[in-house]
Order: sequence, then C-alpha cells, then structure tokens
Amino acid sequence: MNDWPLWEVFVRARRGLSHQHVGSLHAPDAQMALRNARDIYTRRSEGVSIWVVPASEITASSPDEKDAFFDPAGDKTYRHPTFYNIPDEVQHL
Amino acid sequence: MSSLTALDARTRYVLGLGDDALIMSHRLGEWITRAPQLEEDVALANLGLDLLGQARALLTHAGALEGAGRDEDALAYRRDERDFLNLQIVEIPNGDFAVTTARALAFSAYQFELYTRLAESSDETLAAIAAKAVKEVAYHRDHATQWTLRLGDGTEEGHRRMQAGLAVVWPYVDEIFEPDPNTAAAVHDGVAVDVTVMYEPWRQYVHGVIDEATLAVPEASFRATGGRQGIHTESMGYLLAEMQHLHRAHPGATW
Repeated sequence: MNDWPLWEVFVRARRGLSHQHVGSLHAPDAQMALRNARDIYTRRSEGVSIWVVPASEITASSPDEKDAFFDPAGDKTYRHPTFYNIPDEVQHL
Repeated sequence: MSSLTALDARTRYVLGLGDDALIMSHRLGEWITRAPQLEEDVALANLGLDLLGQARALLTHAGALEGAGRDEDALAYRRDERDFLNLQIVEIPNGDFAVTTARALAFSAYQFELYTRLAESSDETLAAIAAKAVKEVAYHRDHATQWTLRLGDGTEEGHRRMQAGLAVVWPYVDEIFEPDPNTAAAVHDGVAVDVTVMYEPWRQYVHGVIDEATLAVPEASFRATGGRQGIHTESMGYLLAEMQHLHRAHPGATW
C-alpha cells in the first residue's frame, strides 16, 4: 500500500510558540493524518497542537534558483538592525 | 486446581480488568512489523502500550489487595490459563485488520463506558487508574471508529471485510455485559461498575458507528461466555505460551 498521499506535519510545542515542521507521514486523508501525526510525533509530549498539510500543496523554492533567490541578500549587512545605538534607558528591547 | 476460589470479590474484579488490558495489549503487540502501513504499525503499538500501562497498574493493585506477595509480573507471567479472568473477546486471534478493528471498536467503546464510571469508584486506587485510563481509551475508541468508517464506507473490498470482521467478533460481545456473580459484592460496595448499565450507552455509540459506516449490526452466530470464570478459547493457551515463555525460562530476568 504505497498509494496513500504524503503529508507534512507541523507541531506547536507550547502555547505562544509557532508551529514547527517536524517531518512527514502517509495517511489516507486529513483526519487520519492528524491521528498518525499524534502517534508518531507527539508520543513524548512534544506538542499541544498539530497541523497537517498535503505535501503536494506545498510550493517549494528550487535548489537551482538558490543563487538568484538567496545570494543577493548575503552582502547587505545594512539590513540587519545592528547600526543603531540603543539608549541605556530603553529596557525590554 | 485454580487458586482463585479464595479471592474476594474486589480482588477478583480488579484482576479481571487487569487481565482484559493485558491480553488485549498482547494481541495489539502482535501487529508490530505486520500492520498494513508503517504509520498504523506505530499507532497499534501505542494503543497496546496504553493498555499495558493499565494492566500493570491494575495487576499491581490486585496483587496488593490479595496480600499474598504477588506483584504484577507474578500475576502476568506465573498464572495458568484457568487463573486468567479476562473476557474472551480480547483473546480471540487478530484475524485481518478488519477483525482487529471490529474487536477494537466493541472493546474500546466498552472500556470507555467502564472507566468513565469507574473513576467514581469507592476504591480510590481504582478510581485514579480509571481517571487516567479514560483519556487513553477515548483515543482508542476514536481510532477504531475512524477505521470502521473508512473500511465500511470505502471500497467494496473494505466493506466486505469489515462486515465479516464484525461477524467474527459479535459472538463475544454479550459476555462483556454479563453480570459476574463472583464480583457482585464489589458492585454492591460501590467498588465495581454494574455492567448492565453500560450496555445501552455502548449500544448507542457502537451501533451508531456501524450505521454511519453503512454496515449492518450482525446477528451473533453463538454466544461466548465464561472468561470471568477462567474458561477460555482454544487460542488462549497459545497466547500465554508466547507471552510467558521468556519469564518462565529465565525467572526474574530483567533488561
């Protein structure tokens, strides 16, 4: 039985955190995918919420486009907010 | 000769529930490496481990109530067939995945009704075990429900197999709701749950699922009985031989 579709699984570890991709699995439909995810990825109390997404619905950037996509950002250090002096009086930043 | 005649009603009751969980756990464990999908393999093993945890707590409690120094291992591995008090529904062979699903639906729906009520038991240890276990079996019931719906209301082959699976399991359903005279005193003391009050809610749930799955509630071809008295089916001896042989060959072995 290799005809079950592939699902990507996202688990939120705690309230306040965002869902993180943890892996993938096979399941016949979304409801069973959620249950399989519960059994495979949260059996050691890893999460409080699960998302499953059909892997076929994910549009991914191509490794071939890596240079065009990501390299131009490499030498633009001014985009990092490291050139501002933070006054001593400012707290909780 | 059975050593059980001396047990009081409460000990006998707890032992029966522990044996249900233990033997059902063993049957689920038999699916490991054999399930139709890797994901289902993990799921069935998880359900089995939940039940093993319940069995350990219940057998430990039964051993303490008996007061003869028997721990969970002594009760699980050193009793013979006639001293096991589980319902026969948990010991019948797994069959195909549809038989396993049909058994899981009937048994987990019963365990859900049982533990819900047992959480109010006058025996505090038993109540605590039940309160924890009811969350586990709620998931077991859901898992069995999901598969019953998908097999029954899916392909023609799935429907045929699921209907056949229900037919295999149904002769063992009545026994679940048969009052056991040996534990009647525990019901009277508020320790045990009266099985007869659980039938109607069980029927509503299970028949509802079978209906929704476009399946028919089967007529039982015969009526099994005797598990709570230590009477078991042919397959029980084989199950115990596999479950107990390591402990009996190497007493006290640990890992």
